[in-house]
Amino acid sequence: MAEGIGFYEVAQGMTLEEAVQEAKRCLQCKNKPCRSACPVQIDIPAFIGKIAQGDPEGAYQVLSKMSALPAVCGRVCPQETQCESKCVRGIKGKPIAIGRLERFAADWHREHVREETPRPQANGHKVAVVGSGPAGLTCAGDLARLGYQVTVFEALHVAGGVLMYGIPEFRLPKTIVQSEIDGLRKLGVEIDCDTVIGKTLTVDELFEDGYEAVFVGSGAGLPRFMNIPGESLRGVLSANEYLTRINLMKAYLPDSKTPVYRADKVAVVGGGNVAMDAARCALRMGAKEVSIVYRRGMEELPARREEVEHAKQEGILFRTLCNPVEILGGENGEVTGIRCVEMTLGEPDASGRRRPVVKPGSEFELEVGMVIMAIGTSPNPLIRATTPGLETNRHGCIVVEEETGRTSRDNVYAGGDAVTGAATVILAMGAGKTAANAIHQAIQENA
Amino acid sequence: MFRIVSRKRLNPTVTRLDVEAPLIAKKAEPGQFVILRAEENGERIPLTIADANPERGTISLIFQLVGESTMALNALREGDCVPGISGPLGRASELDGLKKVAVIGGGVGSAIAYPVAKKLHEMGCVVHTIAGFRCKDLVILEEEFRAVSDEFIITTDDGSYGRKGVVTAALEEMIQAGNQYDQVIAIGPLIMMKFVCKTTEKYGIKTIVSMNPIMIDGTGMCGGCRLTVGGETKFACVDGPDFDGHLVDFDEAMRRGATYKEFEAHAREAACNLFRDAGKEETANG
Repeated sequence: MAEGIGFYEVAQGMTLEEAVQEAKRCLQCKNKPCRSACPVQIDIPAFIGKIAQGDPEGAYQVLSKMSALPAVCGRVCPQETQCESKCVRGIKGKPIAIGRLERFAADWHREHVREETPRPQANGHKVAVVGSGPAGLTCAGDLARLGYQVTVFEALHVAGGVLMYGIPEFRLPKTIVQSEIDGLRKLGVEIDCDTVIGKTLTVDELFEDGYEAVFVGSGAGLPRFMNIPGESLRGVLSANEYLTRINLMKAYLPDSKTPVYRADKVAVVGGGNVAMDAARCALRMGAKEVSIVYRRGMEELPARREEVEHAKQEGILFRTLCNPVEILGGENGEVTGIRCVEMTLGEPDASGRRRPVVKPGSEFELEVGMVIMAIGTSPNPLIRATTPGLETNRHGCIVVEEETGRTSRDNVYAGGDAVTGAATVILAMGAGKTAANAIHQAIQENA
Repeated sequence: MFRIVSRKRLNPTVTRLDVEAPLIAKKAEPGQFVILRAEENGERIPLTIADANPERGTISLIFQLVGESTMALNALREGDCVPGISGPLGRASELDGLKKVAVIGGGVGSAIAYPVAKKLHEMGCVVHTIAGFRCKDLVILEEEFRAVSDEFIITTDDGSYGRKGVVTAALEEMIQAGNQYDQVIAIGPLIMMKFVCKTTEKYGIKTIVSMNPIMIDGTGMCGGCRLTVGGETKFACVDGPDFDGHLVDFDEAMRRGATYKEFEAHAREAACNLFRDAGKEETANG
């Protein structure tokens, strides 16, 4: 393992003093531009105001009105493109560190407050939530607070979805995720693990069991591969598999029973947060040289700035404008290298990003013993295959009405990566929140 | 939940468990599998469902001792609970419309072939079963197979029981004797399935194989179970586990199957003494 790099959390939290000082910089703008850029509409000036008064628990209370997972959001939200990007303080100088303050307040509550949150009065209505990732947990939390009896069905043996299997310990400690989930359990949310909706039970059977609405937050599914020669060699893994072995199955612990593939030189293909997570994990699992291989330039990397910076500081190499065309194998079918081509950026494509174009005659080989594919996922097929009448688009994503999360099936709502394809934790949470509101309205209207 | 209602040792390394899992029992079809954890934080083991009893709410699982995790599973007794089982996963075998089928089971793969043979028999299909084992001591499910097969052949590698030789020889003999099969269904070690497919290819008989690659979640998330079938990447957990055997790249599957061999060998070595102890204790219990 590279010296000084472990699986403990990299970004450090704030002290009360630091937090109060930072919070006092907030201008308390009346029109709250930061709030308008928050997918879950947290009253940001209000919680920062509480911290400035030296009342972190008050700040937590403001946060928890809108967010089921503040300790998570404070760590993994892309604040620089959301709330902090709209901060007036950022016009001249640094914006308020909203994300770090959110984390501070949530951590303070977890570490200092032992009071039980009172259980909301039951309203007699049952709602099922499929998937216990950020979308599902948010939807479940919001509905539970309104008095609904909520059951969350999780396919894996541990609740948390991508927060548990995907995002590594050093970025989001798992005890924090579990503590947020315990908070939901205290609200009365039931979580059934090892239950695969679409297999163990279908959406229609949930209605037969008396659930009045179903929210589908089943997440991203099948990992994408490039369809280039050599992808079936030993040592080519999807980022999902690699991260799941390490995070969920704890392969990073010395006494773990989970096998994990290792190599001295590792290439991670892709430029998003998942690619950064996989690369930083590979370094921690003992690789001596880890490269990000990305077909566009540094400016186009879709990962959060902070993640790119951490990766650079830790010594990850960035081979940008570089695209694999073949994975090379040795005698025993193991990875020995990748053949790449250099790229240049051409005209902007439909996504507005400049389209990468192959530079003729630029082929070269990179010696690596392992290749991790982090180029996205396509939605899980299990629910659409077993839910007649559920409309999906040509990518297999569930089609919803954006303002409500309603699908083509009555009383079935959806949100998160199952709808958008791979996106962020906070967008999934926003979708869970939207759907919870819509479910509440629909059930109240029918009552 | 998941209480073990009966446990039976089928041969020195193969055990059968009947486990309470009412939701899974209600849905399970031949060809489907579960993911099971023998210990709370243990490995996720994919195991094909050998039988299901929806009235009793139980499923049967037949497994071979291969490493630490199956050792832990083998240590559980009647009345104990399995910490986690999820399923039924994968697609069910497509058996509709079949009139005459040769079912080939190899070793512990016979445990997976059995529910297929049973279902075919119940559908009124003519079933010829060939089950191959290394030696007499390892033969399992003989009575069960006999009850659902119109013809039943056992082969052993060393000739200690049934016919001496491999399953492909027996299969070829049956085909040459004039049996016209709609389909051959082969379930067993990769090498056996590969050679069954080579045999049937000559005669143009459609052959379905059940693939059992490395997987973690079993729901289409990790991509570890990918195979090349007819030049396309398929995920065994959601696209399979049954595939057209004539399209499967077996050599690649065998190479990929060996990915964690060193790790497993190490675990097996560490567990080796336990294996011996388990054997003794089982013998003592009769």
